[in-house]
Amino acid sequence: MAEFLNTFLFGIYPYIALTILAVGSVIRYDRDPYTWKAGSSQLLRRKQLMWGSLLFHIGVLAIFAGHVVGLLTPGWVWKVLGISYATKQMTAMVAGGIAGIFGIIGATMLIHRRFFDARVRAASNFADNAIILILWLQLALGLSTIAVSAQHLDGLEMVKFQSWAQGIFTFNPEAAGYIADVAPVFKAHIFLGLTIFVIFPFTRLVHMLSAPIRYIWRSGYQIVRTKRDPAE
Amino acid sequence: MSHLLDRLNFLARKEVGTFSDGHGVTTNESREWEHTYRNRWQHDKIVRSTHGVNCTGSCSWKIYVKGGIVTWETQQTDYPRTRPDLPNHEPRGCARGASYSWYMYSANRVKHPLVRSRLLKLWRAARATLTPVAAWASIVEDPEKRKSYTSVRGHGGFVRASWDEVNEIIASANAYTTRTHGPDRVIGFSPIPAMSMVSYAAGSRYLSLMGGTCMSFYDWYCDLPPSSPMTWGEQTDVPESADWYNAGFLMLWGSNVPQTRTPDAHFYTEVRYKGTKSVVVSPDYSEAAKFSDIWLNPKQGTDAALAMAMGHVILREYHLDRQAEYFEDYCRKFTDMPMLVRLVKKDGHYVPERLLRASDIARNMGEKNNPEWKTLAIDSNSGNIVTPQGSVGFRWGEDGQWNLEEKNGKGEDVKLRLSLILDDDHDTIAEVAFPYFGNREHDHFEGTDHESVLMRAVPARQVKLRDGEALVATVFDLFAANYGLDRGIGGGNVAKDFSENVPYTPAWAEKITGVSADKIITVAREFATNAEKTNGRSMVILGAGLNHWYHMDMNYRGIMNLLIMCGCVGQSGGGWSHYVGQEKLRPQTGWQPLAFALDWARPPRHMNSTSFFYAHTDQWRYETLNVSEILSPTAPEGDWDATLIDYNIRSERMGWLPSAPQLKTNPLEIATLAEQAKKEPKDYVTDALKSGDLTMSCEDPDNPANWPRNLFVWRSNLLGSSGKGHEYFLKHLLGTTHGVMGKDLGEEGRQKSKEAVWHDKAPEGKLDLLVTLDFRMSTTCVYSDIVLPTATWYEKNDLNTSDMHPFIHPLSSAADPAWEARSDWDIFKGLAKKFSEVAPEVLGVEKDTVLVPILHDTPGEIAQPFDVQDWKKGETKAIPGKTMPNVVVVERDYPNLYKRFTALGPLMKKLGNTGKGIAWNTEHEIEALATLSGTITEEGVTEGMPKIETDIEASEVILMLAPETNGEVAVKAWEALSKATGRDHTHLALPKEEEKLRFRDLVAQPRKIISSPIWSGLESEKVCYNACYTNVHELIPWRTLTGRQQLYQDHLWMRAFGEAFCLYRPPIDTKSITPEIEARDNGNKQVVLNFITPHQKWGIHSTYSDNLMMLTLNRGGPVVWLSETDAAKAGIVDNDWVEAYNANGALVARAVVSQRMKDGTLFMYHAQEKIVNTPGAETTGNRGGIHNSVTRAITKPTHMIGGYAQQSYGFNYYGTVGSNRDEFVIVRKMEKVDWLERPLTQKKEVLT
Repeated sequence: MAEFLNTFLFGIYPYIALTILAVGSVIRYDRDPYTWKAGSSQLLRRKQLMWGSLLFHIGVLAIFAGHVVGLLTPGWVWKVLGISYATKQMTAMVAGGIAGIFGIIGATMLIHRRFFDARVRAASNFADNAIILILWLQLALGLSTIAVSAQHLDGLEMVKFQSWAQGIFTFNPEAAGYIADVAPVFKAHIFLGLTIFVIFPFTRLVHMLSAPIRYIWRSGYQIVRTKRDPAE
Repeated sequence: MSHLLDRLNFLARKEVGTFSDGHGVTTNESREWEHTYRNRWQHDKIVRSTHGVNCTGSCSWKIYVKGGIVTWETQQTDYPRTRPDLPNHEPRGCARGASYSWYMYSANRVKHPLVRSRLLKLWRAARATLTPVAAWASIVEDPEKRKSYTSVRGHGGFVRASWDEVNEIIASANAYTTRTHGPDRVIGFSPIPAMSMVSYAAGSRYLSLMGGTCMSFYDWYCDLPPSSPMTWGEQTDVPESADWYNAGFLMLWGSNVPQTRTPDAHFYTEVRYKGTKSVVVSPDYSEAAKFSDIWLNPKQGTDAALAMAMGHVILREYHLDRQAEYFEDYCRKFTDMPMLVRLVKKDGHYVPERLLRASDIARNMGEKNNPEWKTLAIDSNSGNIVTPQGSVGFRWGEDGQWNLEEKNGKGEDVKLRLSLILDDDHDTIAEVAFPYFGNREHDHFEGTDHESVLMRAVPARQVKLRDGEALVATVFDLFAANYGLDRGIGGGNVAKDFSENVPYTPAWAEKITGVSADKIITVAREFATNAEKTNGRSMVILGAGLNHWYHMDMNYRGIMNLLIMCGCVGQSGGGWSHYVGQEKLRPQTGWQPLAFALDWARPPRHMNSTSFFYAHTDQWRYETLNVSEILSPTAPEGDWDATLIDYNIRSERMGWLPSAPQLKTNPLEIATLAEQAKKEPKDYVTDALKSGDLTMSCEDPDNPANWPRNLFVWRSNLLGSSGKGHEYFLKHLLGTTHGVMGKDLGEEGRQKSKEAVWHDKAPEGKLDLLVTLDFRMSTTCVYSDIVLPTATWYEKNDLNTSDMHPFIHPLSSAADPAWEARSDWDIFKGLAKKFSEVAPEVLGVEKDTVLVPILHDTPGEIAQPFDVQDWKKGETKAIPGKTMPNVVVVERDYPNLYKRFTALGPLMKKLGNTGKGIAWNTEHEIEALATLSGTITEEGVTEGMPKIETDIEASEVILMLAPETNGEVAVKAWEALSKATGRDHTHLALPKEEEKLRFRDLVAQPRKIISSPIWSGLESEKVCYNACYTNVHELIPWRTLTGRQQLYQDHLWMRAFGEAFCLYRPPIDTKSITPEIEARDNGNKQVVLNFITPHQKWGIHSTYSDNLMMLTLNRGGPVVWLSETDAAKAGIVDNDWVEAYNANGALVARAVVSQRMKDGTLFMYHAQEKIVNTPGAETTGNRGGIHNSVTRAITKPTHMIGGYAQQSYGFNYYGTVGSNRDEFVIVRKMEKVDWLERPLTQKKEVLT
């Protein structure tokens, strides 16, 4: 039973989650384009937002980048770069820890603001309230893994996650097996992470996909959308 | 392909070209998103409607509907064209109107019937065991139960209830009140029928069938200028805005056209392109001021002084030193200037008395009919005294000579003499006394030190009257003397030169008004020169800025005098353009039968609101104005030593003003009492009033037997907008938390009333039930016991007219009333049905005795020709309709009230229709209505009668019966008038005889009205609508004593109060800032300012001032404006929260500090609701206060005159008015802004 559960949660659930993330986002963008927004409440109250939002976003973006690089970079790349697993783990713990603390301070302020500021509270829906609580919880879980990681600094535990993540993207049916014996806090963290993917299209998180980065290297200042069919 | 994937597809080429050196790129991205915007502006249908908000715009709007929801509105542009050389009317509409649809689905919408929960609990408990009327009795007869809900009015606590349940509560309350106290204790306040005639008629028809009281509004709003009835016998008649374009010289005086007549302002702009000169008179630099070639900014409240000085200049240069031919001719034919006035001796000098009448001369000058109502003048041809045709005596009791042809009563040609100045024409030069008020002390207004009685020389002739020899003078000679003009016959207090400081020279006016004498002279000359060259095309647009002062009559008559002496009234492009609310109910005579159920019973019960509220909100108990302060030093001997309410009581007793409630005894019981006494009801009432068995309610307004009990408010925001003395309303009428800080006369030990019974403890909470119908939760709703959700202006079918354009316009239903809302017509119809169900518990077919005042435009208006005599003091006999109110018994069929409500009753066929003193047959119209709308098939009292089930059928009744919308009726009405004048007027309507406007015609396009004798202007291809046009061009007399424009007001009370002629009177001292009030300071510096309440840019009355769109354009809540100097004195900076207070109460607002403001004034734009962004006041501890929290209505005896030709009562025509501009307030920065966000029970801090 435990094995099935492990296979389901970490071998099958990731695909379900990623599918909902992708398909759900596409459908929402097509069907409800005007709900596709960050839902900023800055207009209602600036208080707490400068520090809260900034700390939260800096922390979370750093962590997100760390996770992508840490989990999806193939093992040989690290070898070529001469970075040992131990070094990689230490870097992850320190940098991730700092970013995590930034993030959780920011999230705490945002939660306080969202629940105790009358105007912001009145303008919040269930998803707005739930997502910030979930993110706070995920940050807390993530930070608490540092304590577990500190028990074995050889970095091998990290390799398991790396193998699992890459296994998922390479359709390795054994992927779930890599993390069958890791500490429960890691499993909780991964499960919640996948769940965030699931709820992603239903929340304001979709604004991540619309970051106007391309604006920086746009080619023209005035854009005209042609009526002509380019095929003609 | 999916939009998201398209966006994220970075592989395909999206840029297909560049331009502008690569600064622009062409892409082939999907353009499907553009459909969103196309969809945004797509709609299912467009419906024509307008805004029924007492806005003279009456603009045509396209209402866009999408999926059954009103989405937005835009201006319509399909008015009928004007003639060549005249700009078209459109575009009409402003930003306020464009934001209206916000209300429909806003949080402020009243969505369900709401009841105060304490009342509903009591009701349900009572109804569990009792029948409806008994249940209501059990609540209101128990003082504790009653108080439990009345004392928390305005403090929330509403719950929803079903329509059926609220209707039952209201109907039971009405039935109980009718049975127990009398139907006249059921009161209805709804203003301005012109803004939604059917909705008004719905409630007034319900009340009138019951015998309830319909309240006036025009006078209460102080929009009625009593000077208009005094001068013209006309409530108000004014040119349409298109006629501004015909003016050669245009003055704006106390009116702010671009701000408050936005859709009409284009005519003002356009006429200036044509070369018309524009003068704007406004103390502040208003929006209109920037349109002016000359801006005059007199001290506020001194406009009469300015007008008098201009009149002085014009008389000197165009009438005396040189006689402008056109002016002289006009004045002779169309004014009372040639009429003779008797001079009598008082204190050793002469005082002008009343106009000489045929009855004063031996053998009545050969006049058999009404000789006491025929005025006299001197014929230049023969030098004899003659009886010119057209005076009111010719109007009643005979036909054919009531016209302005230059003939005498015998039909001989005459040419009236204006002046007796030539040596041959006068026998003596009389020293005549004129009162002067400009020397009275006022803390805030400049005076001069002239005597209170100014003696001036007037040429007079000796004549032999019945009662001996007497001196007489012409109105013109007295008029010129009144203006202080030296005629070369000596005497003091007159000026040869404009620079002399004598009342009323320009030099004198400069001292009072602050406007330089040379500017006054320039404007006067240009005004008159233009009028002389163009035969009267000089126009003055004037408005509330002048009319809201206590002495508004002087401001207005000063200006009327200018217009009349220059022959501008009744001439296209000229005249008196008084614009206030939407008072012009063009199809008035078609509407009246529907509205007041004249098809079932006549007369209806009407009441003048100012007197009613003055008495019943107990504002009279706080009266600070002593009659001695306003009485003329030349007043004839008399019992003038009374309080203002005493004058009102006398007036009601003598049949001048109406009464409501009428008698202490229930009027349903009078007929029985009469029967027991074996007398006719009329005789019984007369005798019982004399013996004291019956007493009039006005004599004891605080006795519970005389309280008004049920009040309906619909289409109105009485408590948030028009209720002068707001805090007194709360204290005495409603009995809830209030902010009155002053003490009453009893506590102050001041002069008490002679006639009204004084109760040491004033009642608090006279009303058993306050019901308000509205679509938005207004301040009035907040204070009501029951709030009924009504349809918005886009959800009902109705009619709307304005004085600014000649079109009749529909309101039409674009969507069904949202939530549980119903149209006013359906609400009152539903109430009528429920009433008929519950009434039989206590009411059957009853005889109701109605007291009716002496009415203008009826034969009765010539009731009291000479002295003022009170029957109660034994000065005369009590004769109903002559020396006291008329007494009429009317049958009320209470169980069949609903049936009567929904059918057009039999009296229209039997008695026909009437208006402005003429009558015509309506049989043909009733038959047409029966065919058009169908008849009642159900058995009963209404079987076979035309039905009026729906709002459209009600509209059709109006359109069918009114001469303005049915050419056939117009011809009949003109025929009726032709009979009286002896001149054929039917040519004015004959070309349109076949024209009949139906409701659907109006929905297709607004239509021009048909010319009718109900109005004094014509609507034709040749002229724009202009007031008094038919008087001048058809020689129809004005409906005054002399039949002419009356500049001399000879009623005893007019003379006693010094207003026989126009003069300057400084504002009154309201004494509402006492040392005791001033002591309530909060430590901040204070400044005392004149409190002025003009109309704003972000609201129309109270509507739009709570509209989010409009709030966003201003400061999002209540504001007051003051000058930089005044702000600096009190240490106030812009946007500070300030409090303004006096004995009447307090208000809070943010300060707008502006250079535009004149020092010494505080503007609070009219009716900013206290329901939005308003904290509590430091002095009262109550939320806000509205603009009327610091005002109190003060009545004026001259407005109570009746039974005297044009000075006779008419609903919204004459009566006391609710002025409010003479008030002063203390203004200071607030120390602590308290939003009062805590339970009612928690104690609040107040400054004492």
